Amino acid sequence: MEIQQLQAIATQVRRDIVRMVSGANSGHPGGSLGCADFLTVLYFEMMKHNPDHFSMDGKEEDLFFLSNGHISPVWYSVLARAGYFPIEELKTFRKLNARLQGHPSTDKKIPGVRMASGSLGQGLSNAIGAALTKKLNHDNRTVYTLHGDGELQEGQIWEAAMYAAANKVDNLIATIDYNGRQIDGDVEDVLSLGDLNGKWQAFGWEVLEMDGHNYSELIQTLNKAKSMTGNGKPIIIIMKTEMGQGVDYMVGSHKWHGVAPNVEQLQQALVQLEETLGDY
Amino acid sequence: MKQFEILGKKDTRSGFGEGLVEIGRKNPDVVALCADLTGSLKMDAFLKEFPDRFFQAGIAEANMIGMAAGMTIGGKIPYTGTFANFSTGRVYDQIRQSVAYSQKNVKICASHAGLTLGEDGATHQILEDIGMMRMLPHMTVIVPADFNQTKQATMAIAEHVGPVYLRFGRPVVPIFVQPDAKFTIGKADLLIEGTDVTIIACGHLVWKSIEAAQQLAEQGISAEVINMHTIKPLDEKAILDSVRKTKCVVTAEEHMLNGGLGDAVAQVLARHLPSPQEYVGVNDTFGESGTPDELMVKYGLDTPNIVEAAKKVLKRK
Repeated sequence: MEIQQLQAIATQVRRDIVRMVSGANSGHPGGSLGCADFLTVLYFEMMKHNPDHFSMDGKEEDLFFLSNGHISPVWYSVLARAGYFPIEELKTFRKLNARLQGHPSTDKKIPGVRMASGSLGQGLSNAIGAALTKKLNHDNRTVYTLHGDGELQEGQIWEAAMYAAANKVDNLIATIDYNGRQIDGDVEDVLSLGDLNGKWQAFGWEVLEMDGHNYSELIQTLNKAKSMTGNGKPIIIIMKTEMGQGVDYMVGSHKWHGVAPNVEQLQQALVQLEETLGDY
Repeated sequence: MKQFEILGKKDTRSGFGEGLVEIGRKNPDVVALCADLTGSLKMDAFLKEFPDRFFQAGIAEANMIGMAAGMTIGGKIPYTGTFANFSTGRVYDQIRQSVAYSQKNVKICASHAGLTLGEDGATHQILEDIGMMRMLPHMTVIVPADFNQTKQATMAIAEHVGPVYLRFGRPVVPIFVQPDAKFTIGKADLLIEGTDVTIIACGHLVWKSIEAAQQLAEQGISAEVINMHTIKPLDEKAILDSVRKTKCVVTAEEHMLNGGLGDAVAQVLARHLPSPQEYVGVNDTFGESGTPDELMVKYGLDTPNIVEAAKKVLKRK
C-alpha cells in the first residue's frame, strides 16, 4: 500500500479515536493517537491476517497482542477499518452490552481480540506463549505485541524478557510505545526506565529503534525486524511517539492520557483530522 | 456400613505426575509448564518422555501463567505446576485476566496445598486458595481425595474445555478410590450411606471422614459421607438429597473456613434447605511449622474433630 493511503487510514483512525472517547465521555485518547500510525502500518502493510474469518487459534496467521489495553480505541478502530467487525460498532465503545469493552476482552467475542488486557504487564507473557505454540505447530508466522513505556515498570515484563531470550523465542517482535508519559507525569520522573535500549540488550534481545510517526521508517524497521526473526533472539522495537499525536492541544501532554474531550474540544480536534474514509 | 479397604499409601502429587504423563501419551496437545519445582510436582516423567512439550519457566510464576494462557491460542492444553501458594495468591491477577476472564483452556495444577506441607511453615501453607479460585467466573475447582483420584482427575480435566484449578498435596495418605473408577467433574462420590448426619469433605479430609463415620457407627450414629471432589461447579443435588434425609451436615476441608467447601455448601443449604451445619477447617489463622500430622491435630482437622462436629450438629437438629 502507498504511504499516502496508509496515512489516510491513520487520519480516519484518529478521527474515530477522538469521536469514540468523546462519545463514551471516557477512555484514553493520548496513547491511542500516538499509536495510530504504527497499528495502521502493522495491520494494513505488515501482518498476514484474516479479518473476514477471525479464528481464535489464528493458525498460519500473524498474531498481535495489545498489552497496554487502555489504548483500546486505536485498536478497535484499526480492527474495524481492517474489516474484523462493522465500522458502525465503534459507536458502542464503552457502552452497556457492547462488545467493545473499555479494555479489550474476549468475553463478548469481539473478532480480532484473543486476550483480555488492561491490568498491565501481561501481554508479553501471553505473546511468548502464543509464539511457543506456533513453534510446536510448525507455524512460521510471527507474533507481534505493543506495550506502553510506563508498563515496563511491571515486574512480569522482565520475567518474560528473560524467558524469551533464554529460550530463543525468535518468532516474536515486541514494540514499546516510548512516548515518555504516564498518568502521574513524565516516565522519567515517575520511575525512570534508565537505559532502556541497554536493558533489553542486556536481557539478550535484538533491539531496534524507530520514529512511530515516520511511515518510511516504520515500514523499513518493521521489515528489518521481520527479516531478523528465526535467528535465535527475540526482537524489540523502541518506538518513539508523541502522546496525542495529530491533535495539537493533546500533543506531548500526559494530561490527555485518560481524559475525554468535551463537545467543543472534540470539534477543535476534528477540524485538524480530515474525514478520509467516512465517519462511522 | 460400607467398609473401605486401604489399597496402599501414596501422595496425591504422585497421582498428578502419573496422570500427566498418561494424558500426555493420549493427547499430543497437552503441554506442561513448571516454575522450578519439577521434582516436587512429580513432573519428571512427563519431562523425560516429552521434553519438547515441557517448558521450564524458572522462578517466575506470573510469566508462567501468562505464557500458559497464550499457549492455548493454537490449540495447546497447558498444565502449569507449582505449589498451591504460588499457583494462586502470587498470580491471582494473571489468572483473573489472562486465564479466567479470557476463558483460556489452562489447567492450574497446585501441589503442597494446606497445612500438610508441614515444616516449611505458613509462608507456603496456603489455606485460602479454594476460596480465591472459586470466586473466579469460568473457573472449575477440583480437590481430589487420594492418589488414584488425583490421577483420574488430572486426565479428566484435559477433556474439559476451560480453566481448571486442580489442588493436591504432599503427604503420603491412604488410597481408597478404585484405580479404574471414572472421574466425573461436578459429580460427587457418595462413599457411605447413612441417615443421622451428612459429612461432606474434600481432599485429605475425605479419608478422615471415612474414619470418623466408622467411629460414629460404633457409637450408634449413622453418618453419610460424601467426597465433594469438585468444589465448583458444586453438586448441589448430592448435597440436598443427603441433607433432606439426615437434616444436618458437617463439612471438612484442609482450608480456611472463609471461602472454602463449607461456605459453598452453606450457600446451597441457605438457599434451598436451611439446616444445622458444623465446620471442620482452619478458623481465620495462619499455620506454622510442624509435621503434617501434628499440624492437623493442632488446627483441629483430625478424625476426632469430625466425630465431635457430627455429635454437635446432631444436637442442633
